[in-house]
Amino acid sequence: MKHIRNFCIIAHIDHGKSTLADRLLDFTGSVTEREKQDQLLDNMDLERERGITIKSHAIQMEYEYNGEQYILNLIDTPGHVDFSYEVSRSIAACEGALLVVDAAQSIQAQTISNLYLALENDLEIIPVLNKVDLPSANPEEVTDDIVDLLGCDAEEVIPASAKTGIGIEDILSAIIERIPAPKGNPDESLQALIFDSVYNPFRGVETYFRVINGEITKGQKIKFLATDKTYFADEVGTLKLSQEPKKVIKTGDVGYLITGIKDAREVKVGDTITDAANPTSNMIEGFENVKPMVFAGIYPVDTEDYEELRASMEKLQLNDASLVFAPESSAALGFGFRCGFLGMLHLEIIQERLEREFDMTVITTVPNVSYHAFTKKEPENTIIVNNPSDLPDPSKLDRVEEPYIKATIITKSDFVGSVMSLCIEKRGEITNQTYLTPERVELSFDMPLAEIVFDFYDRLKTVSKGYASFDYSPIGMRASKLVKVDILINGNSVDALSALIHADNAQTIGKKMCEKLRALIPRQQFDIPIQAAIGAKIISRETIKALRKDVTAKCYGGDISRKRKLLEKQKKGKKRMRQVGNVEIPQQAFMAVLKLND
Amino acid sequence: MLACLRKELFLRKTEFEKEKVETIYFGGGTPSVLNTDELDLLIDEVYRHYDVADAPEITLEANPDDLSRQKIEELAQSRVNRLSIGIQSFDDEDLKMMNRAHNAEEASFCIEYARKMGFDNISIDLIYGVPEMSTERWLKNINKALEYGVPHISSYALTVEPRTALEKLIEKGKVAPVNDELAQEHFNVLVEKLEEHGFIHYELSNFGKEGFFSRNNSAYWLGKKYIGIGPSAHSYDGRQRSWNIANNPKYIRALEKDEIPATFETLSAADRYNEYIMTGLRTIWGVSLRRVEEEFGRTCKEHLLKNSEKYLKEGLLSLNDQVLRTTQKGKFLSDGIASDLFLLNLRETGV
Repeated sequence: MKHIRNFCIIAHIDHGKSTLADRLLDFTGSVTEREKQDQLLDNMDLERERGITIKSHAIQMEYEYNGEQYILNLIDTPGHVDFSYEVSRSIAACEGALLVVDAAQSIQAQTISNLYLALENDLEIIPVLNKVDLPSANPEEVTDDIVDLLGCDAEEVIPASAKTGIGIEDILSAIIERIPAPKGNPDESLQALIFDSVYNPFRGVETYFRVINGEITKGQKIKFLATDKTYFADEVGTLKLSQEPKKVIKTGDVGYLITGIKDAREVKVGDTITDAANPTSNMIEGFENVKPMVFAGIYPVDTEDYEELRASMEKLQLNDASLVFAPESSAALGFGFRCGFLGMLHLEIIQERLEREFDMTVITTVPNVSYHAFTKKEPENTIIVNNPSDLPDPSKLDRVEEPYIKATIITKSDFVGSVMSLCIEKRGEITNQTYLTPERVELSFDMPLAEIVFDFYDRLKTVSKGYASFDYSPIGMRASKLVKVDILINGNSVDALSALIHADNAQTIGKKMCEKLRALIPRQQFDIPIQAAIGAKIISRETIKALRKDVTAKCYGGDISRKRKLLEKQKKGKKRMRQVGNVEIPQQAFMAVLKLND
Repeated sequence: MLACLRKELFLRKTEFEKEKVETIYFGGGTPSVLNTDELDLLIDEVYRHYDVADAPEITLEANPDDLSRQKIEELAQSRVNRLSIGIQSFDDEDLKMMNRAHNAEEASFCIEYARKMGFDNISIDLIYGVPEMSTERWLKNINKALEYGVPHISSYALTVEPRTALEKLIEKGKVAPVNDELAQEHFNVLVEKLEEHGFIHYELSNFGKEGFFSRNNSAYWLGKKYIGIGPSAHSYDGRQRSWNIANNPKYIRALEKDEIPATFETLSAADRYNEYIMTGLRTIWGVSLRRVEEEFGRTCKEHLLKNSEKYLKEGLLSLNDQVLRTTQKGKFLSDGIASDLFLLNLRETGV
């Protein structure tokens, strides 16, 4: 046990976490030339394209230091605010963390919030100043920032370049010398923390765990405490570049477990694995059932594909337990599902995976958060509203509560004004303002979650010219003056476009929604009125003028082929539209209405 | 180039072995650069390698600025028996807006003189929906054409092509943008006026007196076979469409090696069905349900009928004697209607 080191990397997106991981694998000889592929740890196509590690993974390296052989377990963490719970569980599995800070961009909000998580878990922090080779690097100043933040000595900060290999050896020695070895009791009953799982279509769910006490052996009868289910450990092993089966995984070590579980929902991140016959009485602290934050309807474009969509969603859920869904129906869209997501990124990923992996063309409706509604009749009885159309009639409504978050934003002092205006526009209330350094300010706001769900990140990036980072955590429900704004297209109310909006903003947003729809819905052979309404009251109106001319003048020998292909393309476009009444509405209109500032 | 054109005529003769050549058309670009001897040489070449019908239609496309007195006289001596003249407008302001090389006077002259020299089969092009063209001015154009007694008119709504002077002027706000409502009004006036004077509106943009339809262009719309000679020319053999490379030097180099530099595309049944719908809805011949059933099957016909319903109800399509046609109201929307009636593959209908 004294030769094991478990650590993770805390870094902001693009600060070089994946490259550093690659370099460590390289340097310890964990990867052969042939296996080398940039950013090894991100193995989903989508992750690679987005440059974000979505699902965490772990890898074991062996390294000889001062004549002794060490085992280094690197536990990767997801790098997006949507996945903060998963980050917290990965952190809980470690004794130390590399805090990677870009020498040009310095510390960002997300890095800080993950750093706090690490400090709460008593992790030893090794600050690494990455990208020191870049011409834009500002090592002295950023080192000062780090020293201020951690209260460490400037000498403890390791200058490095994951790209060129500078400092890698120093990082490895620091891991061994500064990070404590795991402290567990091998003689106690098995207690292991599940920090991640991956779905493998051939072998079932692969569970990644860290043994806290005791040990886990092949064939052992084990139990998951939160789900209270028992299994046989069909296979255990360590995570090298490929899995290496072992007879036993001992105290303090990290490994994988295969039990033949087919449904990802049975393996909950944060759960405790123990021995079935002699279970531990201590569940590892910090377990939570993952709660979806954002809801949206997902409907097949072609109503006949409903059953196929259900099958696809079920398969997706097998490997993404954080996705929840329940059938619902919409007057405009027919049968579909109300789905819960961790955040907007998660929503986009699910939508893309449905299209790529299952070849399903879907319509995603306006996303919303989960509201609590109370009626006058039963003012103490909470009605959970995950879909605006479920909101009780205004005449019966006593009050509505919406989820609030604490938002932490770090920006340059130059942008404090514009960031504040943005947050106030988004109904935020400032709770704190701290100068981390003379140039860097940390701002805290209490804000409705609904306001940050949609275009907040993009707006924040724009108003701060990219110099702002953002993190949030839920702080509970608060009463709000919300109204339901309905959209009528050609006189028909389109339920899938309804949204709950703060009463003060309803007029403005209703108008913008109408304008956006006017731009997105193609002209048809008749005038189409688009209206926004609260109850029976119309608050805004736009008209899509009828199409007068839809024909090309010439169609001779050389034109026929090209023209046919053009019309075929149009036909395909129309197939992706949804007929509501007699109006064809493009797929993207259902969601894009919320990106009102584009 | 001329030698290459002749060689291509020779190389392609096998494609037309069982066919009769009904029409010859010199068009695309500026074929009027050829002098009469050169035209004759090419026509001879067609006669040498192909079976040419009696009294073929032989058309030359030309712009008024190419049709000098002398040129018209020469052409009158050649075997060219039909002229298609790019008049565009009889109004100098319109011509300036369209950036044309000729003026109104040249436009009038060439028609009058060609008729005098014996060309009775003349087609002219007219453009409408030009910015700042009033309906009154458009009517004047139409009347002028009627006055000269041309038996065929092709008339197109102005489309602003990318990267042209007109596009720039519209962008800068110096010229009013093209207005679809105006174009529609001009189109309605055109159809009404020409039909009143005995023209038959036989294709969306084409009007001809009885016996003066463009035989060559009608062949495209009726799905007949054709051979195109020269760079970027298209050919169709009933199953396969091909088009020559557009680049002149590359075209010439290939022909020098006895090769035809063409790209081929074999049309699937769905492609052929789509083309039939697309062209059929533009013509007086319409889309015959019988032909659709014979060629593409009964379920395909049913798909067509089912998708036509809403247009029949809205009065954009008509159905008479098992033939679907666009109505006057539907003609200006015929692209959208056609794409709605398209099939992306025949499996969609279970064929």
